[in-house]
Amino acid sequence: MVENRPWLTFFSHFVLILGVLAIAFPLWITFVASTHTLEAIMQVPMPLWPGDQLVENYTQVLTAGSTMGSKAAAGQMLVNSLVMALVIPLGKMVISIISAFAIVYFRFPLRMFFFWMIFITLMLPVEVRIIPTFKVIADLGMLNTYAGLTVPLIASATATFLFRQFFMTIPDEFAEAARVDGASPMRFFWDVLMPLSKTTMAALFVIQFIYGWNQYLWPLLITTDESMYTTVIGIKRMIVGSDAANEWNLIMATAILAMLPPALVVMLMQKWFVKGLVETEK
Amino acid sequence: MEKRVVFRSAWLPYVLVAPQIAITLVFFFWPAFQAVWYSFQLQDAFGLKTQFVGLANFAALFKDGNYLESFKVTAIFSVLVAFIGIAISLLLATMADRVLRGAMAYKTLLIWPYAVAPAIAGVLWAFLFAPSIGVVTYVLKGWGIDWNWILKHDQAMVLVVIASVWKQISYNFLFFLAGLQSIPRSLIEAAAIDGASPLRRFWTIVFPLLSPTTFFLLVVNIVYAFFDTFGVIDATTQGGPAQATNILVYKVYHDGVKAADLGGSSAQSVILMFIVIALTVAQFRFVERKVQY
Repeated sequence: MVENRPWLTFFSHFVLILGVLAIAFPLWITFVASTHTLEAIMQVPMPLWPGDQLVENYTQVLTAGSTMGSKAAAGQMLVNSLVMALVIPLGKMVISIISAFAIVYFRFPLRMFFFWMIFITLMLPVEVRIIPTFKVIADLGMLNTYAGLTVPLIASATATFLFRQFFMTIPDEFAEAARVDGASPMRFFWDVLMPLSKTTMAALFVIQFIYGWNQYLWPLLITTDESMYTTVIGIKRMIVGSDAANEWNLIMATAILAMLPPALVVMLMQKWFVKGLVETEK
Repeated sequence: MEKRVVFRSAWLPYVLVAPQIAITLVFFFWPAFQAVWYSFQLQDAFGLKTQFVGLANFAALFKDGNYLESFKVTAIFSVLVAFIGIAISLLLATMADRVLRGAMAYKTLLIWPYAVAPAIAGVLWAFLFAPSIGVVTYVLKGWGIDWNWILKHDQAMVLVVIASVWKQISYNFLFFLAGLQSIPRSLIEAAAIDGASPLRRFWTIVFPLLSPTTFFLLVVNIVYAFFDTFGVIDATTQGGPAQATNILVYKVYHDGVKAADLGGSSAQSVILMFIVIALTVAQFRFVERKVQY
């Protein structure tokens, strides 16, 4: 920069540090609350420094859940969340990449019709078709099953578009060379398109992992059985009364467990996360 | 845009699109069609008989004071979430773009909340603001503010807005930062040499150049406030007290699942679908414009 304004730089750092503190404060309090006994938290004001109950609280929620609210163990809930967070992105990738391949690399009757059919699903989020979708799942006998939790969320216009956009940028010479060499379409798909799509897949995976892990309304509707709760639902079910009637230390320990996996994914795969975020929204 | 080189097969493309089309038909089109169908019907209290009533469900909705109130609540809520979220993120992104030292560290620390589920964000803030044991409540009490979001309308709204904004800041921040970094340095340096102050440079150069990003985020944030904040509401206020935070999506869920009013809930779903379509069209017109420039 052509000018030096030390005060403005100081002000910038001040604002940023304030922002970071505002972001971090609830997370810190959550962590602190998860390391105390219930009695300690009930004191007003509650302690602002971690206590010595970390191991006890986490063991309790992982194996037995809360004592007042839901008794679903967080261990099982984490497994359920993980199933959702892995099956949804993988399923989405598989069905989206093959349908994008068909739409970009083939000419066939009804091609544009299929394209628009996929496109229009953007306008039908789960939230606006709550009851009828629930009925469909109930009629298919998919309540309280992993299939019911994941399959309806797998169809995705955004993933199909992302792959379509990417395929359009691949030079025609690749397909031409493959055809001249007598490669079949599927051979071209496996040996050329798949290796080229690796970064797009990684970016999509990070975004969809978080999407799957953080699902709320859908599991809330179709899981009634404690053994099928996801972590986010489990936390909600542990809140039985308002305010002081809850075991906040255990709820907060579960909240920390629920936040850790997606947070780790964001941190460790930051590059792909940013790429995925910016590109899926285009 | 079309590919010049294509493959030929009479059956392969159909097999390839089949899984996605099948899921789309079963879980998107069929339920959406049913939502429209139910919205024209009235069910008796036991769900045994249904009767075709035309637009009566819609007429009833628009006469229902609660529903109109819910529209108002949703409008206020989404405007607050979108504007506060965008303003804070823009400030943070502008500052992060300015500082040379530690920019990456700030970025890493600010993108955390993206990983937090809306429902958990709601639980965290509800705990901080808990009327009897919350840390923030304690501080507010020290300042003479009586805080109880379980009973007071405005405070309940403040709570869900704070939780929703907190969760969305990281998303907005990343987009603003990317937008800021794509503005050519030479433009800003030329203005600096001409003696324009940082504030003036921001309003006359940076902000206008960022307007596509800002508009895009405006639409995304409104969609977020309309639909994705369901978790925040359900984990904290559950639409209360006295409907003060009963946004449209929550009302669809409540009327359909808890109150089992199939026709009314479906009619609300159909109205929401039109809102989503309008928002999606707005978003795509923006994308087209960006391509032209």
